[in-house]
Amino acid sequence: MNQDIRALSYAEALREAMAIAMEADERVFLMGEDIGVYGGAFQVTGDLIERFGADRVMDTPISELGGAGVAVGAALGGMRPIYEFQFSDFAMLAMEQIANQAAKMRFMLGGAVSVPVVMRFPAGSGTGAAAQHSQSIEAWFAHIPGLKVIQPATPHDVKGMLLAAVADPDPVMIFEHKLLYKMKGPVPAGHYTVPIGEAEIRCAGRDVTIVATSIMVHRSLAAAAELERENISAEVIDLRTIRPIDRQTVIESVKKTSRLICVYEGVKTMGIGAEISAMVVESEAFDFLDAPILRLGGAETPIPYNPDLERAAVPQTPAIVEAARRLVTAKA
Amino acid sequence: MAKAKTTKRPDAAGGNRPFIYNRYAPRQLREALAKMQRIRRFEECAEESYMRGHIHGTMHLSIGQEASAVGICMPLNAGDQLTSTHRGHGHCLAKGAEIARMFAEFFGREDGYCKGRGGSMHIADVANGNLGANGIVAGGLPIAVGAALAIKKLKKPNVVVCFFGDGANNEGAFHESLNMASIWKLPVVFVCENNGYGMSMSAARSTAVENVADRAAAYAMPGVIVDGNDLSAVAEASQIACDRARAGDGPTLIENKTYRWRGHSKSDRNRYRTKEEIEAWVAKDPIIRFQDEMKSQGIVDDAAIAEIRAAVEQEIEAGLEFAKASPPPRIEDLTRFVYTDPIP
Repeated sequence: MNQDIRALSYAEALREAMAIAMEADERVFLMGEDIGVYGGAFQVTGDLIERFGADRVMDTPISELGGAGVAVGAALGGMRPIYEFQFSDFAMLAMEQIANQAAKMRFMLGGAVSVPVVMRFPAGSGTGAAAQHSQSIEAWFAHIPGLKVIQPATPHDVKGMLLAAVADPDPVMIFEHKLLYKMKGPVPAGHYTVPIGEAEIRCAGRDVTIVATSIMVHRSLAAAAELERENISAEVIDLRTIRPIDRQTVIESVKKTSRLICVYEGVKTMGIGAEISAMVVESEAFDFLDAPILRLGGAETPIPYNPDLERAAVPQTPAIVEAARRLVTAKA
Repeated sequence: MAKAKTTKRPDAAGGNRPFIYNRYAPRQLREALAKMQRIRRFEECAEESYMRGHIHGTMHLSIGQEASAVGICMPLNAGDQLTSTHRGHGHCLAKGAEIARMFAEFFGREDGYCKGRGGSMHIADVANGNLGANGIVAGGLPIAVGAALAIKKLKKPNVVVCFFGDGANNEGAFHESLNMASIWKLPVVFVCENNGYGMSMSAARSTAVENVADRAAAYAMPGVIVDGNDLSAVAEASQIACDRARAGDGPTLIENKTYRWRGHSKSDRNRYRTKEEIEAWVAKDPIIRFQDEMKSQGIVDDAAIAEIRAAVEQEIEAGLEFAKASPPPRIEDLTRFVYTDPIP
């Protein structure tokens, strides 16, 4: 790995990853709505069209179903497309091509093909964009065998995981929280990958395991710092990939701390937390549990427009602190 | 609206023969007839095997539509690709698939084209360029456009044929796909096999325009209406569309007007159409029509036709034997092929 490390934003790291992928492989190209001269709704593609031209940074019509399907077909035809959805909410227009086609094609054809397509989904709330531009629907995708689903939480990881996704022979869905785009962090120059399917322990601890995804990793780390002042030692695991889940890292952590909290922005019911909880109680970690498992997820509501309501609709740092405190002090 | 500009061009010899007799050698024409016979007999025998309980699930038969599959594929080369539909057995055989491996797939065996994982509705033959039948109406259209985009980007001389039915022309994917293929001038040939009905709703009731081909105008591409039971007319339309696609001039929409003799699938009781209507179309059998035409052109006689049929019967018999002898997938391989690199 190149040792030259700079502070880049999450969006800049993504852009750099796509540029590296395109430079390294003629087959890699970008598709999406307004990703050309406009630079993408969140300026992720930015000026890439100037470097790579309109053939490789292709604006598509506002046709999500067709656009996603064209990306699938191009992948079948030997290309390595990266398809950007303008908002993850718009993926619902394209679910047929994602869930029925991309995810199943290799299986249905008995392994005769692979579908090396990467799809990017700006996700999450906090921008005042209301109910149809703010959802966290990654768990839907994690329910589909054939897809890989990742949620990088840092500029370092989003670059390395995008490069891992481009190299992956199967369809990879990247959910990028919109509030992370401007977050800065250390990013090595040059090519490196962060493996899909491996969680990362962001902060080691003894008393409680907090498994978090995407922006909730940062809120959980803030909570862990606060808990530290109360002599509660929290271990924060950044799940990074929600399909396939890194079971071992979670199970080993719970065996150590005996307590588990799951924090995610998607609606709580039927969400990632349910899967993590079940996975733990089905494992040998069950015998180590000293307290009930807690889930902190999105409220049972569409995302509201009013900023106070919007904040209340998803887990915030104080709620994580409170949950951990309750869990740890509940034990005699 | 473009009408079919087909058949009866004077040839160099001054004859007034349909297109294919000028374009193809007698050997190739006999092979086309053999393919049509192969499709017909394959489907009849698949149906019989289903009735006897040897094949489970369901199937969608294209009996009566053989001229469309074979005619469209006549101008295609080995490197050309196609996407197909739930009614896709004919497309698969027309593009060069083996009967034996197709039967093996229907029987759910390891030697099937999809190793028994796909069955009739997902039959594919990737080595021969068939990217697969599709269980979702219009599911193959965007994929065909994407495959054509890859061809253009990789600067290959090939085309993609995209088969779909009249039902698909009311799906959003149809409109999005035709538009994108046109704005990017991609080498796609869209082929609507209009057999008159979706599952039960007639094209006349489901579609606002009289002809599916009329919709080509909205996407600035030629729309061609073809008698889908006339092999020569179909092959000629396909040739013109493929030439246009290879020249970089973009897509064409061909509408083959034809008819499925059988019901939509195995649950169909034919309550939405009359016996008389079915019989009228059975009288327009595309295979008999082509045979008679070849006879009048002096390319085959009754003995040659019988010979072709006998060879097909042999192939069918051997194919069924092969399928029955092929091993089933192992239960422990249940999740194989979900991912390229298995997930522990």
